[in-house]
Amino acid sequence: MSNATIRGLRRLALEVLYSLRGFFGTFGAGQLFLLRIIVNMPYALARPRLIIKQVYVTGVQSLVVIMLAGFFVGMVLALQAHLTLSRFGAEDTIGMVAALGLVRELGPVVTALLFAGRAGTALSSEIGLMRATDQLSGMEMMAVDPIKRVVVPRFLGGVIAMPILAVIFSAMGIFGAWLEGVIILGVDEGAFWSQMQAQVDLRDDVMSGVIKSVFFGIAASLLAVFEGYNCVPTAEGVGRATTRGVVHTSLTVLVLNFMLTAWLLGGN
Amino acid sequence: MSLSGVEGPRPAVRSGCPGSDNIVSIRDLAYARGQTMIFDGLDIDIRRGGVTAIMGPSGTGKTTLLRLITGQELPDHGSVTFDGAEVTKMSRRELFRMRKRVGMLFQNGALLTDLSVYDNVAFPLREHTRLSERLIRHIVLTKLHAVGLRGAWQLMPSQLSGGMARRVALARAIVMDPEIIYYDEPFVGLDPISMGVVVRLIRRMNDALGLTSVVVTHDVDEVSSIADCTFLLSEGRVVASGTPQDLQDHHSETVVQFMAGMADGPVPFHYPAPDYSEQLLSRSGK
Repeated sequence: MSNATIRGLRRLALEVLYSLRGFFGTFGAGQLFLLRIIVNMPYALARPRLIIKQVYVTGVQSLVVIMLAGFFVGMVLALQAHLTLSRFGAEDTIGMVAALGLVRELGPVVTALLFAGRAGTALSSEIGLMRATDQLSGMEMMAVDPIKRVVVPRFLGGVIAMPILAVIFSAMGIFGAWLEGVIILGVDEGAFWSQMQAQVDLRDDVMSGVIKSVFFGIAASLLAVFEGYNCVPTAEGVGRATTRGVVHTSLTVLVLNFMLTAWLLGGN
Repeated sequence: MSLSGVEGPRPAVRSGCPGSDNIVSIRDLAYARGQTMIFDGLDIDIRRGGVTAIMGPSGTGKTTLLRLITGQELPDHGSVTFDGAEVTKMSRRELFRMRKRVGMLFQNGALLTDLSVYDNVAFPLREHTRLSERLIRHIVLTKLHAVGLRGAWQLMPSQLSGGMARRVALARAIVMDPEIIYYDEPFVGLDPISMGVVVRLIRRMNDALGLTSVVVTHDVDEVSSIADCTFLLSEGRVVASGTPQDLQDHHSETVVQFMAGMADGPVPFHYPAPDYSEQLLSRSGK
């Protein structure tokens, strides 16, 4: 093996080690940040108005995006399901297929991805800009902990909003599937609803989707506020933090979804 | 008493530089950022009740000094005491207790952009006291009146000019009746009228409210007109201190260069660079 190859391999190994160190460093910092959030929760809980405002900002202001996305995802789901199931004469089950797909997987996952893109970026950039314009330092100088006053209400707002948004996404998806399947493709309406009612279980299906979305809400909100709070206080730094927040949240949601699915299915 | 009527008699006794009643003392302070030494053996005493100016060329670490005094950053070496308590050894709780006695005016105001002018000024009161909204309203309007912006109470920070934002931030800084106020470059970006108002407000508030004021700036003329004591920083140390007149009469080259605003002197205008002609004629041009 030539010296150049050895040098190249050594450099590669060092790069991997540095990346791993960076990853575990950020992971550890993220856990400590979550701990600080948990410790400071009583302050925010004693000021519910702060949390309600954030539920409005992250939840209500995301409603249009979530409802539109849910509606079209439901329509596509019905279209695809009809195409495949009609080959076996089972097109009556598209209501059940759409509902299961939505409440178990697509609702929580797509909502979390949309949340990362809409509310997550808003959270990261807002907190990052507060950092860049000395608003957080100003709070510290007024003896007000920004974690309590800024971070915790936004985190809790996201955690509360996410399951509600996921449920609304699924409901809109089912409506889209009904419109596509029953009204446009002519599937029997009674079969559509009765199949869904018979096969979708409240505890196993609906609740598993809600549980997932709670975890996704924690992950997405944590990553968004963490990136914003720890950004480099410049225009470029805020931009980078916002991008990092979306990318990390998207990947985390997908990995977490697999783990949660395995755990929830394992319980059956 | 209105503080916005900015002309008025100065106090008979002004706190000069030397004295034993110091509210802040800095001893042998050393602080490095990366490989760059910002402070090395810095000693400063801030006299209670006076207006102290800390001046120096850009990049000398004036804002960093405020961050060190207020415990936002820790020095590598040395001590910073506030009213006899060592700031560098304070817990977070103790730091917050100290900061309740302190006001700070940031360079850009640092107003909370999602709150109105009124709510910004009321913010510290709502966080730290259990006063009724009626009493808070009274205090907030009094402070806004003091800075001449009572009529702007309902505006958002985005609707304010730079000077107005600075004055709102000043009202917020004094709303808890602090013992000391730190001003970080309070004159930057202000038009002559706003600058005159802010200059006189600092002095008048200091005297009327019995505060101690620390003004970090590089605006020699403005701060010289209100300061009791001036420290000039360069290369991580105090190179001169005294009354503004003492600094005007100083013979040190560094002091003369700074006070007169000369390009040539011990403080280089140009950042260290290779030979000009060589760089221009080189192939890469870098």
